[in-house]
Amino acid sequence: MTAVPAKPRGTWLAKVPVLRELRQSVGVQRFMLLVGVIITLVYILVALLAPVIAPYRFNQLQDASGTFPGSAAPSATHLWGTTIAGYDVLSRTLYASQTALMAIVAAVIISLIIGVLLGLFSGYFGGPLDRILVVVCDAIYAFPSLLLAIVISIMLSRGQSSLWSGIMAAALSISVVYVPQYFRVVRSEVVRIKAEAYVESAKVIGAGNGRVLFVHVLRNSVRTLPLIITLNAVDAFETLAGLGFLGLGIEPSSAAEWGYDLQKAVSDVTAGIWWTALFPGLAIVLLALGISLLGEGLNDLADPRLRRRSAEANEAALELEA
Amino acid sequence: MSDVVKIEDLVVRFATDEGSVLAVDGVSLAVGEREVLAIVGESGSGKTVTARAILGLLPETATTRGAVVLRGRDSSDGVDVLSLSPGQLRQVRGRDAAMVFQEPSAVLNPVYPIWWQIAEGLRAHGRLSRADARARAVEMLELVGIPDPTHRIDHFPHEFSGGQKQRIVIAMALALNPGLIIADEPTTALDVTVQAEILDLLRRLRDDFGSAIVLITHNMGVVADLADRVAVMYQGRVVEQAPVRQLFAVPQDAYTQRLLAAVPRVGAGHSQRDTPEPATANVVEAKRLVIQYPARFGSGGFTAVRGVDFHIHAGEVLGLVGESGSGKTTIGRAIAGLTPVTGGSLDVLGFEMNGVRERRFRAVRGDIGFVFQDPGTSFNPLLTIAECVAEPLIVHGRARTARDARARVDELLDAVQLPTVYGERFPHELSGGQRQRVSFARALALSPSLVVLDEPTSALDVSVQARVLELFGELQRQFGFAALFISHDLAVVDQLATRIAVMRNGEIIETGPNSQVLGSPQHAYTRRLLASLPVPDPDAQAERRDALRALGD
Repeated sequence: MTAVPAKPRGTWLAKVPVLRELRQSVGVQRFMLLVGVIITLVYILVALLAPVIAPYRFNQLQDASGTFPGSAAPSATHLWGTTIAGYDVLSRTLYASQTALMAIVAAVIISLIIGVLLGLFSGYFGGPLDRILVVVCDAIYAFPSLLLAIVISIMLSRGQSSLWSGIMAAALSISVVYVPQYFRVVRSEVVRIKAEAYVESAKVIGAGNGRVLFVHVLRNSVRTLPLIITLNAVDAFETLAGLGFLGLGIEPSSAAEWGYDLQKAVSDVTAGIWWTALFPGLAIVLLALGISLLGEGLNDLADPRLRRRSAEANEAALELEA
Repeated sequence: MSDVVKIEDLVVRFATDEGSVLAVDGVSLAVGEREVLAIVGESGSGKTVTARAILGLLPETATTRGAVVLRGRDSSDGVDVLSLSPGQLRQVRGRDAAMVFQEPSAVLNPVYPIWWQIAEGLRAHGRLSRADARARAVEMLELVGIPDPTHRIDHFPHEFSGGQKQRIVIAMALALNPGLIIADEPTTALDVTVQAEILDLLRRLRDDFGSAIVLITHNMGVVADLADRVAVMYQGRVVEQAPVRQLFAVPQDAYTQRLLAAVPRVGAGHSQRDTPEPATANVVEAKRLVIQYPARFGSGGFTAVRGVDFHIHAGEVLGLVGESGSGKTTIGRAIAGLTPVTGGSLDVLGFEMNGVRERRFRAVRGDIGFVFQDPGTSFNPLLTIAECVAEPLIVHGRARTARDARARVDELLDAVQLPTVYGERFPHELSGGQRQRVSFARALALSPSLVVLDEPTSALDVSVQARVLELFGELQRQFGFAALFISHDLAVVDQLATRIAVMRNGEIIETGPNSQVLGSPQHAYTRRLLASLPVPDPDAQAERRDALRALGD
């Protein structure tokens, strides 16, 4: 009997999804993934700790020493300066990561659940429902998500958004666009997997549809989702920012939001007030970059053909023998 | 005489997720002019890697040491392939050495006519007008025995049969008349009768064009048929190298001896004596069974099984033999309820399968075991072995969770001679043979009275196959279930079945006890099938070759 090669069984750390990939990676891929993970983690930490880190509240206009000055340059009391209305830019930029995170979580949960379930049933059972769903999803691909977000935003709150209606407008419009993406990916995986011998063997055993679907098919068909989740996440907070920039976003008194702040900063730029636009803008760019790097990194590592492996070990082993 | 290719102390390592893996460990080989060197060994022995190194066809993750000196037809001194730049490699490929791959349908590009594909190699090595290229393609096709080549060169790959496609691939390899042809399992994907023709063609290349051939195969019968010299590889090393007669007559290395002993032979099984049909009741009975696959709108659909009669007694093993596309797998799937019956009657354990409702049949499923062909894909990769084996127990309510079923699972693993600690492992951590044992364990979990085995050993190495077949024989005697054993290999069937049914084009053309079907076949096709099967003995195989030729004409 051939011996089973001893498999290195690491600690529980080796089994946490992202960390496991991080350990596998080398070179550029490792750098990309690492940068992505760090940026994303920093944003999550900032969002959670915003009330602790930020010097003021996001809607604070005065403190014990009096009303904040409008359009004040960065100084010791206002590290990143203040806006024309007198909000502290640093505080608002930090707090806005909370809003962005909520939009991301809401959008991903809604589109993930609907998209995956539809894809699973449609791919497995096939038939007319499947055909209709595929056509509908193709049609939805043509929808511009921002336009949809505007419509939903107006429907939800006539354009004057509170925190929740703003977030839900972004999340729902993004879900409409992303449900078809999850649907397509999961459906094609399911169509492939339902012809695999292990699914047939479950059927031969006499397993019912529910068991076949959830025990055997579902878990094997979600491997490519991390990349779409990251795309989905980026689009979610960017749509939220887009809504804010168009003036349909969240009121500054109910939540901080980068897009809104950017829009208010447009007139500042020509007046030489650079700090109101720079920081929220950078925050958007960095978060998009971080999540994209995370997604790309995970995607490269999930595919054995794209995954780079350390060539040094090979060379070293050859040297040793020579 | 100088060597066409000379491999000296070749070492190949691959970088993998589990660190550096040694694939080829100090291999030295040489192939002379007009010589056929067979490299045999089980999967993972490094035979394909060695052969691909000759053409510099190793992936990026590989690092090599040693030398592979390839001599072209014209150049007197060779070049070391391993030290060539990609551009120089392109020059060498096709001109000095060419490759014939295992799966002809995967090698040919489906969107180009075949003349274009043959000409592609020619164009890579010099300018050529369209008319010249076509003329050359016709010539090549004629050479490899494709009828009506002037007309056929404009056809696309899907318009040819599997054997013809392999001929075209060989024609592509021959286009520049290379000194060396590397054939990587050239007949593995083909049926035996076609295999015999392709082997004949390769032999003619050697005789008529003086090509040297490196033949990679795991089939000892093919080796006996074609090779002049044999190198046996095991775990990256050449363990034995000898002229073909000597190797088969007096194998020196222990591994070679084991390999030869493991090769199943027709006539070594149940066909040696007459086994009467058992007088028990039928567990399966087919009457004018028709199975038709639905087609797209407009066309009539494909009839895979056309009016077949057969039966399986309780406790009996029926062997179902046929080439690919003969409908044998369809019958197995119909018995397990995976493919609907469209005509006639198929009675399985008292249930009429024509028009059966899944809901009613589900209760009977516990009484039918199924073993799939590819042990690599028949397990859910995310479940442990114990969970996989426990699946039928859970589904049929014998246990609530995999943990409850563990005692029974251990018993089953024990029955298939696997250590019970394997229950904790995942399918990909087991070898092919071990996985197929787990398949048996799963199929037997509910003590079925009928087991359907669809080519259970065709994905396994010969030495592993022998053990798995032996195990199946023991299990069958122990548990006394009836079985339908589907295979394309007559020798394997003879070992396990007591009665054989031969299928062709959806019909059973001959059926009877082994001794009759294999000893004195009535149908011409059965006779041809038997004669095509290469035997692992060079002298006997030469005689059989002549016999087959006589039969064919």
